[in-house]
Amino acid sequence: MLRTIGKRIATAIPSLIGVIVVTFLLTRVLPGDTASFFAGPAATPQAIEEVRKQLGLDRSQPEQFVSYVSHLVRGDLGTSLTTGRPVVTELATRLPASAELTLLGLFIALLIAVPLGIIAAVRQGSWIDHLCRIVATAGVSLPVFFTGLVFVYVFYFILGISPAPLGRLDVFASPPPDITGFYLIDALIARDFETFRAALAQITLPAVTLAVFSLAPIARITRASMLAVLSSEFIRTARASGLKPSTVVMTYAFRNAMLPVITTLGMVFSFLLGANVLVEKVFAWPGIGSYAVEALIASDFAPVQGFVLTMAVLYVLINLGIDLLYGIIDPRVKVEA
Amino acid sequence: MARHLDRRGFLKSTAATALATGVAAPAVWSPAKAQSRQETLLVVSESGPNNIDIHGVGTNVPGYEVSWNCYDRLISHEMKSGPGGVPYYDRDKFKPELADDMNIGDMSVTFRLRKGAKFHDGTPVTAKDVKWSLDRAVTVGGFPTFQMKAGSLEKPEQFVVVDDNTVRVDFLRKDKLTVPDLAVIVPAIYNSELVKKNATPDDPWGLNYTKQNIAGSGAYKVSRWTPGTEVVLDRNDDWASGPLPKIKRVIWRMVPSAGNRRALLERGDADVSYELPNKDFAELKDSGKLSVVSTPFSNGCQYLGMNVTKPPFDNLKVRQAVAYAIPYQKIMDAVLYGLGTPLFGATTPPPAAWPVAHSYNLDLAKARQLMSEAGYPSGFETTLSFDLGFAVVNEPLCVLIQESLAQIGIKTIINKVTGANWRTELNKKVMPLYTNVFSGWLDYPEYFFFWCYHGSNSVFNTMSYQSPQMDALIDGARTAAANGDTAAYEKDVKGFLDLAFTDIPRIPLFQPYSNVAMQKNISGYQYWFHRRLDYRTFVKG
Repeated sequence: MLRTIGKRIATAIPSLIGVIVVTFLLTRVLPGDTASFFAGPAATPQAIEEVRKQLGLDRSQPEQFVSYVSHLVRGDLGTSLTTGRPVVTELATRLPASAELTLLGLFIALLIAVPLGIIAAVRQGSWIDHLCRIVATAGVSLPVFFTGLVFVYVFYFILGISPAPLGRLDVFASPPPDITGFYLIDALIARDFETFRAALAQITLPAVTLAVFSLAPIARITRASMLAVLSSEFIRTARASGLKPSTVVMTYAFRNAMLPVITTLGMVFSFLLGANVLVEKVFAWPGIGSYAVEALIASDFAPVQGFVLTMAVLYVLINLGIDLLYGIIDPRVKVEA
Repeated sequence: MARHLDRRGFLKSTAATALATGVAAPAVWSPAKAQSRQETLLVVSESGPNNIDIHGVGTNVPGYEVSWNCYDRLISHEMKSGPGGVPYYDRDKFKPELADDMNIGDMSVTFRLRKGAKFHDGTPVTAKDVKWSLDRAVTVGGFPTFQMKAGSLEKPEQFVVVDDNTVRVDFLRKDKLTVPDLAVIVPAIYNSELVKKNATPDDPWGLNYTKQNIAGSGAYKVSRWTPGTEVVLDRNDDWASGPLPKIKRVIWRMVPSAGNRRALLERGDADVSYELPNKDFAELKDSGKLSVVSTPFSNGCQYLGMNVTKPPFDNLKVRQAVAYAIPYQKIMDAVLYGLGTPLFGATTPPPAAWPVAHSYNLDLAKARQLMSEAGYPSGFETTLSFDLGFAVVNEPLCVLIQESLAQIGIKTIINKVTGANWRTELNKKVMPLYTNVFSGWLDYPEYFFFWCYHGSNSVFNTMSYQSPQMDALIDGARTAAANGDTAAYEKDVKGFLDLAFTDIPRIPLFQPYSNVAMQKNISGYQYWFHRRLDYRTFVKG
């Protein structure tokens, strides 16, 4: 097992090096001049040159690359110009915010999508199957910012049952002591139930927004994969042997249908982590997606590079995790390096 | 076998994961917090600071707001009643801040420091802190040094410590802008010992320290700052440079979605918001539930610029034709919702002030005639560029202009430029036709015209306009202002306004408004040249 993990990580190293080189080059060919952006609206050409020098952007690209890599080796991803903080610190505080939101969103999606997919497959053609189709179609076709804004409008503005969309906690609450960076978990560890409730109230709407969006692929894959398994011979045998329908569906069919669902889940998770920028914008959520987009707009290289690198590492880890899960769910799958 | 158990155990535990969803607590403010809510101002805006020191490299505009409220300057401006009765800074009247006495001589100005003024860490403010801070402003380079230069404040030798409580600023030359330039945000006074302690050989002015720490004596201190999320400022109860502010704590939250900023205001959760689209402000104003204050930008206007170095805009008749083909009123109504001062259709010659209206109006017949006279009876094709960073105004504005220009045969393709790229594009000075905003901190016509029309071709002379006659008038006005010759000054200002409108290298469209929406129980808003909030005068309740 450990050897497999080691081998897998070793094969990821070339791709990571590729990511480092490509993002460095890509950020350099972006249009826009960092120095004139940060020199301010009333800058003279000399002032812009001075800023360029201070930022080290007057050096040649190979020189900049060498200094970037040597800092990277020491774990220094550089400093963001837009927020003025080291990129490592920013990512470390923002990644948990994004991860907490994404995980909860995915969890809610799972709770709804998997049973929906199973029932849709078992009762093919019934009203629940149609419902599954409608939910899935609606979920993917509604843009997340739209769902988000509608939720804010209905639950906050009209009904007033949801708190103000002001990020992870309301204005007067202070965050729980930092252990995992997940407010819900940290608040529980600290036995601070008021903060837990406040954090839960804040996260509910954005998480549901994300869940609506990620429902579709999970429900559809569950249904398709269940249909394939339900029509296979071993299920017919199980049914013929007089096993209870629930045992047939849950124990035999579902376990065998899980592999594609897990694969989809991994993909949806890594996709959401980076792509929930719009949800973060709507709910003023301090996540990494909005951080990267703001940096991109300001031609702020360091955070963009740091973000891409972090996402690359996450993809590698998530894929590794999923491959290992395969082995646990289905021992016939051998993870090969 | 062991493996089998593992698998089963895993599956069981997955299935057993239970969901525990609590019910969301409805109230944003729990009752226990009602008291602090009364003394707290909750401000929401689109973006926050990247650096809380205005001397820093690339400090953004929200950063200026923190600097303004957390640092003191030697002097500041008095208030007067501005447009619509809004308290408006008085360009010509100064009030003491850290200095309690100012004595302007012929070639120098002397300040006596206020007794009892202390930095946030308790050290008294002395003349050497003042000298160190002003030295820093003229030495660090970039924006602060440039701004100091605008008032002929260029060399550390100009700042002289007379004794512990007295500082003299020597003039390099007679310049009317020197004293006003000491009241802008840049010449803030820093705690020199504290910053020096945190400076390094690579960073002799301690910019890395002040980037995230306040080293001032101002009315507020930053007690928490999460970039991109919030800034929390607490009142400095020992503030000596003015009456103690009423607001104890300011919580400034960044809310990127304009719709949500409006919802927060309308629900009564946020106290103050700015940076809302004009449409929202116009609707909030009409609904009457909130107090909405709109004040024209001082010394600023939005304009349509033309590159005069290349055909077809090197032709005066073409420029005039364009000026007659702008749907001015439609822009005021459909783009600004009335939240702007029109700068067109004047029937009398302009007074010696800025911004003032020119005499052009929408007149397509005249425009077509000018186009034929210019030798373009069937028109031409060109591109019309705008900054996407301000797309809310720029996009509909450009579409209206595009439609209208098409009627005199000018076919335009709209070119949207991202915010990061806009200044680069402006600096290249190759865009044939574009819209932009310029506004100056120092509210003097000759200051605006020096940057935007003078042949020294600064970044803001975006049209590459060159005219010896114009240069002579601008220089003349500056000299006249420095010597206090009012008659010559007015003559020259009127002269360059007239020339700018006849030659029309750029067409002023309107003077934008700075819009702030507040709850009804909030008062004390003041308009400042920097257009950011001054928390010191806000009152709640």
